[in-house]
Amino acid sequence: MEHYIGIFVSTIFIENMALTFFLGMCTFLAISKKISTAFGLGIAVVVVLAITVPVNNLIYQYFLREGALAWAGFPDVDLSFLGLLAYIGVIAALVQILEMFLDKHVPALYAALGVFLPLITVNCAILGASLFMVERDYTFTESVAFGLGAGVGWALAITALAGIREKLKYSDIPEGLRGLGITFIATGLISLGFMSFGGIDL
Amino acid sequence: MSLRTFLDRLEPEFEKGGKYEKYYALYEAVDTALFKPDRVTGGPSHVRDGLDLKRIMITVWLCTFPAMFVGMFFIGKNANEALLAIGQDGADGWRGFLISLVAGYDPNSIWDNFVHGAAYFLPIYATTFIVGGFWEILFAAKRGHEVNEGFFVTSVLYSLILPATIPLWQVALGITFGIVIAKEIFGGTGKNFLNPALTGRAFLYFAYPAQISGDQVWVAVDGYTAATPLGLAPLGEDLGVTWMQAFLGNMAGSVGEVSTLAILLGGAVLLVMRIASWRIMLGVFLGMVGCSLLLNVIGSDTNPMWAMPWYWHFVIGGFAFGMVFMATDPVSAAMTNTGRLWFGALVGVMAVIIRVINPAFPEGMMLAILFANLFSPLIDNAVVQSNIKRRMARNATA
Repeated sequence: MEHYIGIFVSTIFIENMALTFFLGMCTFLAISKKISTAFGLGIAVVVVLAITVPVNNLIYQYFLREGALAWAGFPDVDLSFLGLLAYIGVIAALVQILEMFLDKHVPALYAALGVFLPLITVNCAILGASLFMVERDYTFTESVAFGLGAGVGWALAITALAGIREKLKYSDIPEGLRGLGITFIATGLISLGFMSFGGIDL
Repeated sequence: MSLRTFLDRLEPEFEKGGKYEKYYALYEAVDTALFKPDRVTGGPSHVRDGLDLKRIMITVWLCTFPAMFVGMFFIGKNANEALLAIGQDGADGWRGFLISLVAGYDPNSIWDNFVHGAAYFLPIYATTFIVGGFWEILFAAKRGHEVNEGFFVTSVLYSLILPATIPLWQVALGITFGIVIAKEIFGGTGKNFLNPALTGRAFLYFAYPAQISGDQVWVAVDGYTAATPLGLAPLGEDLGVTWMQAFLGNMAGSVGEVSTLAILLGGAVLLVMRIASWRIMLGVFLGMVGCSLLLNVIGSDTNPMWAMPWYWHFVIGGFAFGMVFMATDPVSAAMTNTGRLWFGALVGVMAVIIRVINPAFPEGMMLAILFANLFSPLIDNAVVQSNIKRRMARNATA
């Protein structure tokens, strides 16, 4: 159990998807103007990551890995070159379902997220988490902890950025830096703050 | 007949031209004591106190003086003792020349110690002031805002958290990063979200770890190594100082952070003048005590830091300095009263966690405050939202 908590906590703080790997930057910068929207998107990413990473883990373990098809009578088959295709397919299908769900039940959030909801499909944080999962050879349970942690960490980072950007509305930023420019700098400073965890070994 | 109509009937008697015109003030006093007047203040409104940004900043600046002077004394004392220990009779270079003009190297002489410390601290402070001031004025002139006293505070706090031996060009680089990237591009004082002094210090820490941490840097003598108590603690060694020594400041460390007593003196003035928020300080203190007690109870066989009691956490490293001067920065801390307590608690808890659990950083106060700065807008937002929710509920039933 301790091992899984370790994975969960270290993906949130130490190996934060947004602030140490700088993945998922497009949505991270675009949807961080308001705390409520950023939080909503964060929750959506948590849900997508918490489902896709374990599902992709199962697909990898039982279909794609070298020798994974032994249960079907093909012990020599290595389908891992299909990985990218399979993971993206799973992610796209899941995002589609999530989109329909939000449209029906949380229309306000659906409207606020706009085009960025379907774009979660190509959010590099989501695919990145699946690829990290393969690279680090996580078991199914580890992948659950990892997916959940990666999502929570990304959500935490985007909510913190949104809080800061709401505060920056009252700032007097030089004209050339307004908008995205200052957001990039703020993101850099946030990841400086997250350096406090670098070096912890869980 | 109600009291109100009685007073209303009397009113013409007291007004101009009435029978008791002279006693109008008395009538008015009774009336407004009993009933809320419908008049509002016209003209200049009442000023409760002339406490403006200028006075706040200058007061903070003055409050760092005890820590600064005591710190210089102990930096010099440690250096003089080290010189005696390795058998050198004086410092080299321009610092040695300057010291030789006014003082000697006797570790028992208060004056000699003080001068030796000043020979290290004052160049750092002067560099900070000149370079930082240059950027302040440049931005102020270009952007059309004024240079305000916030810079006094930033510059003195920044100089006080550097080790005495740091090269001056790094001092200049750090304050440049702190002032420009962490403050001026957001529009100057009051518009930034990170503490500029700490951001500059953190920049140096990650860019030039060799000159700002490790055993070589804390005593201002070439080739003499002395670890800070926080550096020794994880090794399970004796800290090398008694609690009282650490409380008074006789140990290795950055100039401003060594003497908890002097810092608390400055902090007491800040609290009495109501410049620093007592909620933040209380939050930091309680967070630190709570977290270290919890870690004491859990315990660890391999890492002796887990067993460090809270009163040691309090006196060594930058904890007291961060609690009194850094966490209470009104700009980058939380703004709501409830939020301030939570903000402080986050700082205290994080500081202990980084010190104890993270082997990469012996000191956690700087990073803990920066980390909490990131979340202070969110903390405020949560407090405001919960207030709104509570009032909605209250008004819905009323």
